[in-house]
Amino acid sequence: MISLTFPGGIHPPKNKDLTRDKAIKTIPFPPKVIIPLIQHIGAPANVCVKVGDEVKTGQVVGEANGFVSVPVHASISGKVVEIANKPHPVKGECMSVIIESDGEDNWIERHVSGNGWEDFPIDKIKNKIKDAGICGMGGATFPTHVKLSPPKEKKIDTIIINGAECEPYLSADHRVMLEDVNSVIMGLKIIMKVLGAKKAYIGIEDDKEDALSIMHSAVVRESNMEVVALKAKYPQGAEKQLIKVILNREVPSGGLPMDVGVIVHNVGTAVAIANAIVNGQPLIDRVVCVSGEGIARSANLKVRIGTLFSDVINECGGFRGDVAKIINGGPMMGLAQYTTEVPVIKGTSGILILSTDEVKVESANVCIRCGMCLEACPMYLVPSKLGSLIENNCIKEAKEEGVLDCVECGSCAYTCPSKRPLIHYIKYAKLQISKEKK
Amino acid sequence: MKKIIVSTSPHIKNNESVPKIMWSVNLSLLPAAILAVYFFGLRAFWVMVVGIVTAVITEAIIQKLAKQEITIKDGSAFLTGLLLSFNVSSAVPLWIPMVGSFVAIAIAKLAFGGLGCNIFNPALIGRAFLLAAWPVQMTTWLAPFSAKTAATPLGIMKLEGATALLDNFGECTSSLYKSLFLGNVGGCLGEVSAAALLIGAIYLIYKKYINWQLPIYYIGTVALLSWIFGGKALFIGDPLFHVLSGGLILGAFFMATDMVTCPITIKGQIVFAIGAGIILTVIRIYGGYPEGCSYSILIMNAVTPLIDRYIKPKKYGA
Repeated sequence: MISLTFPGGIHPPKNKDLTRDKAIKTIPFPPKVIIPLIQHIGAPANVCVKVGDEVKTGQVVGEANGFVSVPVHASISGKVVEIANKPHPVKGECMSVIIESDGEDNWIERHVSGNGWEDFPIDKIKNKIKDAGICGMGGATFPTHVKLSPPKEKKIDTIIINGAECEPYLSADHRVMLEDVNSVIMGLKIIMKVLGAKKAYIGIEDDKEDALSIMHSAVVRESNMEVVALKAKYPQGAEKQLIKVILNREVPSGGLPMDVGVIVHNVGTAVAIANAIVNGQPLIDRVVCVSGEGIARSANLKVRIGTLFSDVINECGGFRGDVAKIINGGPMMGLAQYTTEVPVIKGTSGILILSTDEVKVESANVCIRCGMCLEACPMYLVPSKLGSLIENNCIKEAKEEGVLDCVECGSCAYTCPSKRPLIHYIKYAKLQISKEKK
Repeated sequence: MKKIIVSTSPHIKNNESVPKIMWSVNLSLLPAAILAVYFFGLRAFWVMVVGIVTAVITEAIIQKLAKQEITIKDGSAFLTGLLLSFNVSSAVPLWIPMVGSFVAIAIAKLAFGGLGCNIFNPALIGRAFLLAAWPVQMTTWLAPFSAKTAATPLGIMKLEGATALLDNFGECTSSLYKSLFLGNVGGCLGEVSAAALLIGAIYLIYKKYINWQLPIYYIGTVALLSWIFGGKALFIGDPLFHVLSGGLILGAFFMATDMVTCPITIKGQIVFAIGAGIILTVIRIYGGYPEGCSYSILIMNAVTPLIDRYIKPKKYGA
């Protein structure tokens, strides 16, 4: 089979051997969870419990606030002990519901529908997905039911399931594909039914031969599904690159995949959808890849949402050696944390503990116009120019040069011999532009 | 807990660095430097030493006086000094490379803001300055393995014509080409041996520090135009002679490809290359100088910001 790819991108060391062969292990639920009211893109959930309330696992503790919002659920049973601002792995700080475990894990009543969902009206399926609190689990955390509700004039003909997992170190999606292939396919079927899509592709990087072959055999009898091998290259799993590579369609600048008739979902999201519809289970846990040279035992763990990083780290035997960075997500796009007292949220695909050997601290120099960032940029921008413009506070000019098209994949900064903090500049410019809009 | 680092993604970076690039380019010039000493003797060695040492010291002193970070270890001043001395004859008095390197570093590089900010190739500005100020010293060449002065092949071609040129090389074009390729001719230190330069060039292309497109389009343009216009009638010129002689190979692979002063896109580099090829051929065939390589690159350096303004990659989704 030929592996597809796009021009540009980079080849960072994969470092997946730390975890790729380790089966997903469910860790015991923690004594305490912090459930942030915002774990998705959109309006924060409205808290609907009080301090002192007893809650069951799966019970809603924050209700969706409007259409572009999802509810959040208690991930353990116990007592609400505090509702307060707490550290958040993405937002810095966020209003959160803190629950102390009763040691029981008492669930709310779940409506297992099995294959009954096939007769459900589409709106019922969408509502169930929303009620389950599902948002994109690859890291972007966009509410899934919104993605499943494109405007009428946007006809969706193709679904892409993203199993590329191009971020170095991470292997959560890889393990999910190996261990829960039926849920992935089930989730995909539900998505296809909701959107009326005729065709689906499952894109997987070719360094995951085992996942490719398992997925292949799983779709042998599904005439409308196809597994596509992608070249192992970063950022192969970026939504726009996937669409270009698999369908040769380009999402217009400023547009969405639905503008070219495509919706892309992560494999983890497909599994969450299957769980919600077939088993009636809200999103209260996820697979997290814990890796890096700074952790004693790297692992793929099934973790309750709201579990503190520190609890996960302890579960993995604690730190090893000199720890330089703690990251929510992968090394290319993840966010560095200032404390381990942050909770795992719906978008936490990985917790990376990088050692001082893995993190190089180098001072930035001037651009020597070598052009390596241009060759790496998967959006075909001129990152060097964007960097220089923003460095001189020329935000308007940076906007004209396409700074808003940047997907912040980090390929430019990875490859820059002058070690320029290009993503830092670009994020700053985007922030300034969004402030101006307001 | 110990202090941890909180900074923007990406959290991993590759091993490239500016010093690594610059020292690799210096290394790629080593074969040509060795051949220069082989053909022109120890004198060539001293010219290079003076050129390099002056460049490095000039940079250190000026940065010290301006209270800037001293960047001599990055290899770029070393490279400018080496390229400058590659651009003078072994017959020059030693103060010539000294003045040239000083002008290159002080005026063409640091006055513009240092590495990354200069518009023109510093070594070529140094050479242009020397050629304008001391034309006699800058156009007196020695024949290889001797202390006798000799004209360059391009000089003979310009002043005496093709027949005289062939007389010098045993009336046989193949021995002319062979001498040009190996470097057994009069000329500047670094430009005489096409073979030695190509070894270094292949290394740089392999390391992806230069794109093959720029030098190949540059040389290709010169070959095409000198074939069409280089002879007494149209289409009887000698493209191989024009490609192998003078500073074209050195200029195309090592000077025009200077990252700082050439366009940043490959398409832009092709425009740059074709423009430089046209200018070089016009100077060689119709101009007053026998050689126009440095001027062709310097003129295109000036056009580079304009090229970058209009030639950009096609954005995804645009």
